[in-house]
Amino acid sequence: MSILSLNVWVPVIAGLIVLATGGDRNASRARALALLGAIAALLVSVPLYTQFDRAASGMQFVERVPWISTFNIYYYLGVDGISVLFILLNNFMTLLVVIAAWIVIEKKVAQYMAAFLIMAGLVNGAFAALDAILFYVFFESMLIPMYLIIGIWGGPKRVYAAVKFFLYTLLGSLLMLAALIYLYFQADKSFDILQFHQLALPLDAQIWLFFGFLLAFAVKVPMWPVHTWLPDAHTEAPTGGSVILAAITLKIGGYGFLRFTLPIAPDASHHLAGFMIALSLIAVIYIGLVALVQTDMKRLIAYSSISHMGFVTLGTFIFNAHGMQGAIVQMLSHGFVSGALFLCVGVLYDRMHSRNIADYGGVVNTMPIFAAFFMLFAMANSGLPGTSGFVGEFLVVLGSMQVNFWVAVLAATTLIFGAAYTLWMYKRVIFGAVANTHVAALKDLDRREFVVLAVLAAAVLWMGLYPKPVTDILNTSVSDLLQHVTQTKLGLAAR
Amino acid sequence: MNVNSLNWFVAAPEIFLLVMACVVLLGDLYVREGERRLTYALTQISLLCCAVMVLWSESGTRQLAFGGLYVHDALARLLKIGAIVAVVLVLAYSRDYLRARGLWRGEFFVLAMLALLGMFVMISAANFIPFYLGLELLALSQYAMVALQRESKAATEAAMKYFVLGALASGLLLYGLSMLYGATGSLDIKEVAAAISQQHTRQPILVFGVVFVVAGLAFKLGAVPFHMWVPDVYEGAPTAMTMFLASASKFGALAFVYRLLVSGLQPLVPDWQDMLVLLAVLSMVLGNVAAIAQTNIKRMLAYSTIAHMGFLLTGVLAGTSNGYSSSAFYIIVYALMALGGFGIILLLSRAGFEADNLDDLRGLNQRAPWYAFLMLLIMFSLAGIPPTVGFYAKLSVLQAALEVGYLWLVVFAVLMSLIGAFYYLRIVRLMYFEEPRDTAPIVAAGDTRVLLSVNGLAMLVLGILPGPLMAWCVQAVRQSLG
Repeated sequence: MSILSLNVWVPVIAGLIVLATGGDRNASRARALALLGAIAALLVSVPLYTQFDRAASGMQFVERVPWISTFNIYYYLGVDGISVLFILLNNFMTLLVVIAAWIVIEKKVAQYMAAFLIMAGLVNGAFAALDAILFYVFFESMLIPMYLIIGIWGGPKRVYAAVKFFLYTLLGSLLMLAALIYLYFQADKSFDILQFHQLALPLDAQIWLFFGFLLAFAVKVPMWPVHTWLPDAHTEAPTGGSVILAAITLKIGGYGFLRFTLPIAPDASHHLAGFMIALSLIAVIYIGLVALVQTDMKRLIAYSSISHMGFVTLGTFIFNAHGMQGAIVQMLSHGFVSGALFLCVGVLYDRMHSRNIADYGGVVNTMPIFAAFFMLFAMANSGLPGTSGFVGEFLVVLGSMQVNFWVAVLAATTLIFGAAYTLWMYKRVIFGAVANTHVAALKDLDRREFVVLAVLAAAVLWMGLYPKPVTDILNTSVSDLLQHVTQTKLGLAAR
Repeated sequence: MNVNSLNWFVAAPEIFLLVMACVVLLGDLYVREGERRLTYALTQISLLCCAVMVLWSESGTRQLAFGGLYVHDALARLLKIGAIVAVVLVLAYSRDYLRARGLWRGEFFVLAMLALLGMFVMISAANFIPFYLGLELLALSQYAMVALQRESKAATEAAMKYFVLGALASGLLLYGLSMLYGATGSLDIKEVAAAISQQHTRQPILVFGVVFVVAGLAFKLGAVPFHMWVPDVYEGAPTAMTMFLASASKFGALAFVYRLLVSGLQPLVPDWQDMLVLLAVLSMVLGNVAAIAQTNIKRMLAYSTIAHMGFLLTGVLAGTSNGYSSSAFYIIVYALMALGGFGIILLLSRAGFEADNLDDLRGLNQRAPWYAFLMLLIMFSLAGIPPTVGFYAKLSVLQAALEVGYLWLVVFAVLMSLIGAFYYLRIVRLMYFEEPRDTAPIVAAGDTRVLLSVNGLAMLVLGILPGPLMAWCVQAVRQSLG
C-alpha cells in the first residue's frame, strides 16, 4: 500500500477498531486505541512532507487502480503542493481533537473517537482524490460522521443544527453530482479530474458548471448568503466537532474552488470574478459586523470563521500569485487559529457549562496561563503580525491591491473588525473583576489542555514568523494553476 | 410436436418450483403445529436448489422453449436470482413475526413460492399469454398473502383495495395487449416488435395499446398517478407481506419493463418515453413530499417506494441499454434496502406489538447499537449517500438519463433526493439522537441476526465495491436486450 492510501485507510481502520471496543465499560481502551490510531495517521503522513518534491509540477504519490469499470471510475489518488498541506493539517488536528476529548467525553466514547478517526480518513481521501466520483464519495460520506457527532454529543439545539448542516451540504453537493456526470460525457466517459482540466468547453457550459460547483463549495466554505448552517452547526457541535468543522471541512470548499472550479471553468471564473469578489467582500465586512454583536462565544468564532473564509474566496478569485498563496496560507492559518479558539472556549465550557460571554469576566485572575494562550490566539485571529493570521491576510490584501485599490481597502477593514470583535470578546471574558463565584472557582489548565494549546500556539507562531516551509511546497502548484487558469479554453472549443 | 421439441429443460427451475410448492402444500397437512419448521426448511431448501438450478442454467445464448412461448437468457437469470434471494430473505426475516401472530402456516410458504413462480414466468415470457399468466399468478398470490391475517380488519381492507385496483390494472393491461395484437397480428413479443418497426405510419390503435400497457406497468410499480393502493396496502398488510410487496415483487415489475416495454415496444420508445417522464416526475415529487408527513413507518416507506420507482423509471426512460442495465442495478439495490429496512422493523415487533410508528425506533442506538448501525446504513443507502450502495444506484440511473440529454430531469431528480434525505435522516435522528421509550429487549434468532447483518453490511460492501454487480447487470442487459 502506498503512502496516500495509508493516509486514507489507517484512520478509517483505526476508527473501526475503536468502534469494536463497544460500550463505555471499555472507554479507557477506546481512548488509548484512538490515540494510537491518530498518532499512526500522523506518522504515515510524515513522508508526504519529507518526500514531497517541491520543484516538480503535477501530481505526486500517484496511485491508480480501476475501481468501477462499468463507468470507467478509478481509485485514483495523488497530491500536489496544495492538497498535501491540507492532509498534514487534518491529521495534526485530528490528533489534537482526540487528546482534547480525553476526559471531556464521557458517554459513547468509542463511537465519538471512531467518528473522528473515520472522518479524518474520509477528509484525507477527499483531498487526495483525482477521480471525480472518488472525490464525491469522500466528500459526501464525511457528512455521516459529522451528522452523528453534532447530533449525539452536541448542545441543546443539536438535532436542528445537525439536520440543517446535513441538508444544506447535501443540496450543494447533489448539484455538483449533476455537473460531474455532465463532464463525464464531455470527457468521453471518464471521471478523471485532470482530464476535466484539459477539457475545452464553451462559455455557457462553463457558466452552468461554475454554478453547479459553486453551490457545493460555497455551502462548504461557507460564503454569504449560504452560510446560515454554520453558526448553528459550530455552536451546537461538541468542541471536537467545532474544531474539525472549522479547521478542516471548511477548507474542502476552498480546495474545491482550486481543484475544480478554476481549472475546469477558467473562462467562467474570470467572467464571474466580480460577482465572487463581491460575495467575498460582503462576507468579510457584513459577517464581521454580525460577529461583533454575538453574545455566545462559539457563535462569535463561527461568524469570525465565515468572515475569514471570505478572504480565502477573495484571494482565489483575484487571479494572482499573492492572492492565491494568501488564500491557501489563510486556510491553513485559520485551521490552527479557529481550532485553537474553539478549544479555548471548550476549556471554559467544560468548567462553567456556559458559552455566554455575559457569564464570564475576570477569568485572568483564576486562569492566568489559559488567558495567555487565549490572548495569543485572539491576536492571531485579528491578524497581528508575527502570527499566522497576518501572513494570509496580508498576502490577500497585497494581491487585491494589484487588481483594484478599493477592493483592497474594503478587504483591509477586516483587520479592524476582526480585532474589534475578537479583542472585545477577550476583554469581556478575561479581564475585569471576577464576575461571579463560578469564575472565582475556576481551575487553570491541566497538563493535557496545556499540551494541546501549546502545540497549537507553536504552530501559529511558526507559520507567522517563518512561513517559508509552507510556501515552498505551494509555489510550484500555485504558479502552475495560475498559468492554467489564464489560458482560455474557448479557442479549443472548435473540435 | 413431440415432447423433445418442447425443450422443457429450459423451464426446469419453474417446474421444480411448482412441484415443490405442491409438496409443501400437501406435506404441511401432515405436520403438527409445533413442527412447522420442517416445512419451512423444506421451502428454503427448495428455493436454494432452485437458485442453484438457475445459476447453472445455460444463459449465454437466448434459449426458447414450448414453441417460442418461453425464453431464458442472461437477463432472466439475473432477475430470477434476485427474486429468489428476496423471497428467501422475506421468509427468514418474517419467521418470528408471523409465528407470534399465528400466521406461520404452510399457506404462507406456498403462496410465496407461487408468487415467485409467477415472477419467473413473467421474467421468462416471450409471448403475451404466458406473460399475463405469470402476472396474474403473482398478483393473486399477493392478494391472498395480504389477506392472510383474517381477523385483522386493516389487512382485509388492504387486501380488498389491492384486489379491486389490481384487477382493474390487469384489465387495462389486457385491453392494451389486445390492441397491440390487433395492430400487429401477433402475440409473440419479438414478432410484435418486428411488425411495429415495419410499419411506416403509426396506427392510433398501437399508441392506445402502449398507453394501456404503460398504465398497467405504472400500477404494478406503484408510480403516480396509479399509486393509490400503495400506502394503504403497505400499512394494512402484515409487515412480512409488506416486505414481500416492497422487495421481491419489484422483480416482477422489472420483468414487465423488459419484456413488454423494451423487447416488445422498443420501436415506440419516443411514444412511451414521454409518458415515463411524466410518471417519473410525479412519482418523485409526490413520493418524497408525502413521505415527510408520515408518522407510520410502513406508510413512510410506501411513499419512499413510490419515489424510488420514479428514479427507476428515470433509468428506463433513457431507452438505451445503459439505462436498462442501470434500472436492473437499481431494482436489485432497492430490493436489498427494502428487505433490510423491513427486516429491522420486523425485529422490533413482538407478540401483540407492531413496531410501525416512527417513534418505535427512538433510541435504538442505546437499545441495540448493532441493529441501529445496520438501519443507519440502510437509511443512508435509501437516501443515496455514499459510501453506501444507494448512491451508485442513483448515479447509474442519473448518468443514463443525462446521456440522452435529460439534463433538467437529472437536476430535478437530485433536488427530489434532497427532499428524500430529510425523512431518512429523521429515522437516523430518532435512533441516534433521542432517548428510547420502549425498553423491551430485542431478541432475534441466530440465523435472522446473521442474515440481517449480511444484508445491512451489503449496503457498505457493495458501496465500496459496486463494480461486479454493476458489470453483471450490464452484461446481462447487453446479451439479452442489446
